[in-house]
Amino acid sequence: MFTAERVADKKDWMSGETGDWELIIGLEVHAQVASNSKLFSGAATEYGADPNTQVSLVDAGMPGMLPVINEFCVEQAVRTGLGLNAKINLFSRFDRKNYFYVDLPQGYQISQFEHPIVGEGEIEIQPEDSDAVTVGIERLHLEQDAGKSVHDLSPTETYVDLNRSGVALMEIVSKPDMRSPEEASAYVDKLRGIVRALGTCDGDMEKGNLRADVNVSVRKPGGELGTRCEIKNVNSLRFIREAIRYEARRQIEIIETGGTIDQETRLFDSVKGETRSMRSKEDAHDYRYFPDPDLLPLNLEQSFVDGIKANLPELPDARKARFIAEFGIPAYDAGVLTADKVTGDYYETAAKGRDGKIAANWVMGELFGALNKEGKDLEDSPVSAENLGGLLDRIADKTISGKIAKTVFEKMFEGGGTADDIIESEGLKQVTDMGAIEAMVQEALDANPAQVEKAKLNPKLLGFFVGQVMKASGGKANPQAVNQILREKLGL
Amino acid sequence: MSDLTQLTLESALGGMAAGDFTSEEITIAHIDACMEAADLNAFITNTFELAIDQAKASDARRAKGAVGKLEGAPLGVKDLFCTEGVKTTAASQILGDFKPPYESSVTTNMKADGMVMLGKLNLDEFAMGSSNETSSYGNVVNPWKKNEELVPGGSSGGSAAAVAADICLGATATDTGGSIRQPASFTGTVGIKPTYGRCSRFGIVAFASSLDQAGPIAKTVKDSAILLDSMAGYDPKDSTSLNVDNGDWIASCEKSIKGMRIGIPKEYTVDGMPAEIQSLWDQGVEWMKDAGAEIVPVSLPHTKYALPAYYIVAPAEASSNLARYDGMRYGARVDGENLNDTYERTRAAGFGPEVQRRIMIGTYVLSAGYYDAYYLRAQKVRTRIAEDFKNAWESCDALLTPTCPSAPFAIGRKVNDPITMYLNDIFTVTANLAGLPGISVPAALDKNGLPLGLQIIGKALDEDTVFAAAGALEKAANFTAKPEKWWT
Amino acid sequence: MSAPEHGVDAETVRKIARLSRLHVDEDRLEPLAQELNGILGWIEQLNEVDVEGVEPMTSAVDVSAPLRADEITDGGIRDAVLANAPKKDSGFYVVPRSVE
Repeated sequence: MFTAERVADKKDWMSGETGDWELIIGLEVHAQVASNSKLFSGAATEYGADPNTQVSLVDAGMPGMLPVINEFCVEQAVRTGLGLNAKINLFSRFDRKNYFYVDLPQGYQISQFEHPIVGEGEIEIQPEDSDAVTVGIERLHLEQDAGKSVHDLSPTETYVDLNRSGVALMEIVSKPDMRSPEEASAYVDKLRGIVRALGTCDGDMEKGNLRADVNVSVRKPGGELGTRCEIKNVNSLRFIREAIRYEARRQIEIIETGGTIDQETRLFDSVKGETRSMRSKEDAHDYRYFPDPDLLPLNLEQSFVDGIKANLPELPDARKARFIAEFGIPAYDAGVLTADKVTGDYYETAAKGRDGKIAANWVMGELFGALNKEGKDLEDSPVSAENLGGLLDRIADKTISGKIAKTVFEKMFEGGGTADDIIESEGLKQVTDMGAIEAMVQEALDANPAQVEKAKLNPKLLGFFVGQVMKASGGKANPQAVNQILREKLGL
Repeated sequence: MSDLTQLTLESALGGMAAGDFTSEEITIAHIDACMEAADLNAFITNTFELAIDQAKASDARRAKGAVGKLEGAPLGVKDLFCTEGVKTTAASQILGDFKPPYESSVTTNMKADGMVMLGKLNLDEFAMGSSNETSSYGNVVNPWKKNEELVPGGSSGGSAAAVAADICLGATATDTGGSIRQPASFTGTVGIKPTYGRCSRFGIVAFASSLDQAGPIAKTVKDSAILLDSMAGYDPKDSTSLNVDNGDWIASCEKSIKGMRIGIPKEYTVDGMPAEIQSLWDQGVEWMKDAGAEIVPVSLPHTKYALPAYYIVAPAEASSNLARYDGMRYGARVDGENLNDTYERTRAAGFGPEVQRRIMIGTYVLSAGYYDAYYLRAQKVRTRIAEDFKNAWESCDALLTPTCPSAPFAIGRKVNDPITMYLNDIFTVTANLAGLPGISVPAALDKNGLPLGLQIIGKALDEDTVFAAAGALEKAANFTAKPEKWWT
Repeated sequence: MSAPEHGVDAETVRKIARLSRLHVDEDRLEPLAQELNGILGWIEQLNEVDVEGVEPMTSAVDVSAPLRADEITDGGIRDAVLANAPKKDSGFYVVPRSVE
């Protein structure tokens, strides 16, 4: 029996009329396997096809049709399991989960109930502004998706499209180890990063290719566990946080006014920002799981698992550790830069052979800022990682100052091109000719005799002259050289 | 030309090969016989026009020298096999006018081998029954008759009756608890259920997936081997299909059984079994001895638990397999007040009482709180039953048993007593639970002049031994009786 | 685990029928309960078998599930998929409304 040992940080407690409350959160994430064809049939899985065009007779539940397992899907489940540091079960089995619904053609879903392909594992998450938290993985199993019901094509009927019917899903079940909305979204974000790094799921939450069922309950900090409610199919990180906040608040209010929580399934209405009960079923579900007699148990060879293990790509956690060691960046930065594969690849290309800290600052500062402002993804960045690297080189070899570099970056972001081209065409090259700088310094000193006397007494005023020289040079004078010559001339 | 419907499949194939008659001629002869035998109600759907086209095409192929294993032979197909473009009913109303846009793998094999399909044969609804009385298309009448009309057995009653009445040269059938062998015994025909996994289940309307297995009903042991040789074979579309070659079954039918060890399981003597059946069994033992076999007494201690275990496993699987018949994507929909009401009215109207009974039993034994006590226990008993056989194989090569505990009975006699009806399968169901091959061979007539069969059960994948023993049995019994053609 | 009391009553039949999506008229509940009890009572003899430590047999085939390659070999047959539908429109199956 589960006992939630970890008590949330006080900052994550929610206050109510009767004192503080702690949130207990567990998630079931459904991740669509990035396969060409379905889990049990040869129909395509591509998103957005015309209704019922990607349906085999197996997916439509025709009489006498039989499932045959897709090997690639099995492989991806094992890969993902390895990525979750989880136990791979060499023996697993498919069961039928029996219930009637219009988008479930066979009258049962083929899933893995008693013997999942992946057992317990764990991952570490890094919620913003908190310590790292370890979240336990209960299991990962393979199952088939249902079709899609469309309710807005007729006021009195439902239209059914079975294109999704039979698509392979990995259901990843966490232990109830999360204590705040931020931890829950950090967990999903982390999972997303892992499956994307592994290439087992594209992680596209907008298309529903990765979606979460969120289990929420509340208790007095460290006290007895409360009754949980499950919020179905939440499909963005923000909605996960909002749904949890709303649901926890709702439960606290019910308990504090003397009510009890009904264990139930709820839906999150992202427009209203609230959860609501799914229309109560007339009778409780009784799924009558039993081994699917159309399929034989899956007996994997250890060598099959080992082969997958040997070819695993570097995962976010390993990459984070490597970035810290290799580039000397802080753990927080490394966490941000390895959250997903694209960011990690970008940073690594830009930072390779350069100052890792400066590269991190540029990626997380200027680049992310500019992308954010434009509402662009990193994939669509006008500044390639190679070009950002080129810019960093010009800073390093003092061709331009850090300040000029920002101007160059802006131009690169607007119109593309390399730093060298822009520096050349805009004449932004830093002045390092000591003779020229000396002349400019002398000019500034001559023009401001009163300031010279003050600066001799108070060296802090040196900045005034630096500013004058930089202004005169159009920002191109090397600031260190300016400083040095000034100090010499003023005898400081 | 003599009556072509009296031929065996083997001799018909030989006659066509020798140019004595064409496929079209023998097909027409059978169509005429089918039309005369309408009172047997063996067919749900006939495909006579299609059959003539197929026969002509077969004759054309033969003229070019392309001859398949079943070239030009007019056969029947149990209406549980999906046939492309031809209405497939499973003898149920729930499928409505369902015309599959696909063909079962077994009939695909047979068509590739030159089969001419006369039509779709009647059966118990969804193959659930032992008398053909659960068919929603009316019961089949046994060609064997004594004062009153008798059941042909089930569920493959249409297949058995059609072969016994000489209106098909042979027929496909399926066997989940005895549905090939029991009707074969009731009609004086040969029926073999091969090892589970020999015949693909792809495109066969499922009853209980872990038990269902296709096989033929035929006039002779060798005919059954010819048919099975066409029907069986590995199919990647069925995950439970075995990737093994067929044996040399046709030749095995004539192989000597000298030195073969035939086991006699003492538990197959049951209370209330007619003395005639016991004495026929004893006679069978003598025949096998005479043919040179060694007789070995064996024990299968869990035999009596096979039927109750079956009546958990089969309904449980069926309750799930039949969930797809909901009137949403195919079949007959009965509109209700809302979705659930539509489901319930569609299924209540579409399924007959026995099917509904089994769905409810199956739902119950799988439901929360009962799974361990019923379903899981039954699966463990199944293991025990399979172990019994494994132990027996240490001292014998095949088993000889009666096929059924009774001769064919009158229509309506057992229909209101499910358990008595279920007991028909007491000797056949063990082979399904263990996945073993079993064949019923007609051996004698009882005192009322009705056929009785004996069964040979063999080791998994050892159909060769089964055919050899069955061939020896057939030869010794020399069963030549035919039902009087009262229906013409 | 000990055997359940096989006591199927009308209420249980109602529940099973509901799970099975079978409409049963009120006056049929009791007779059906009796029928099912008859069968379940007969099945009860399985409790005589010692199944201690016995693995359940789920299939007569004792090999691992075959796996197929991840190739698109099917689909694109909407007409066949919809051919037997009681009601269809614009490439969809049309069914009774499943939400209120």
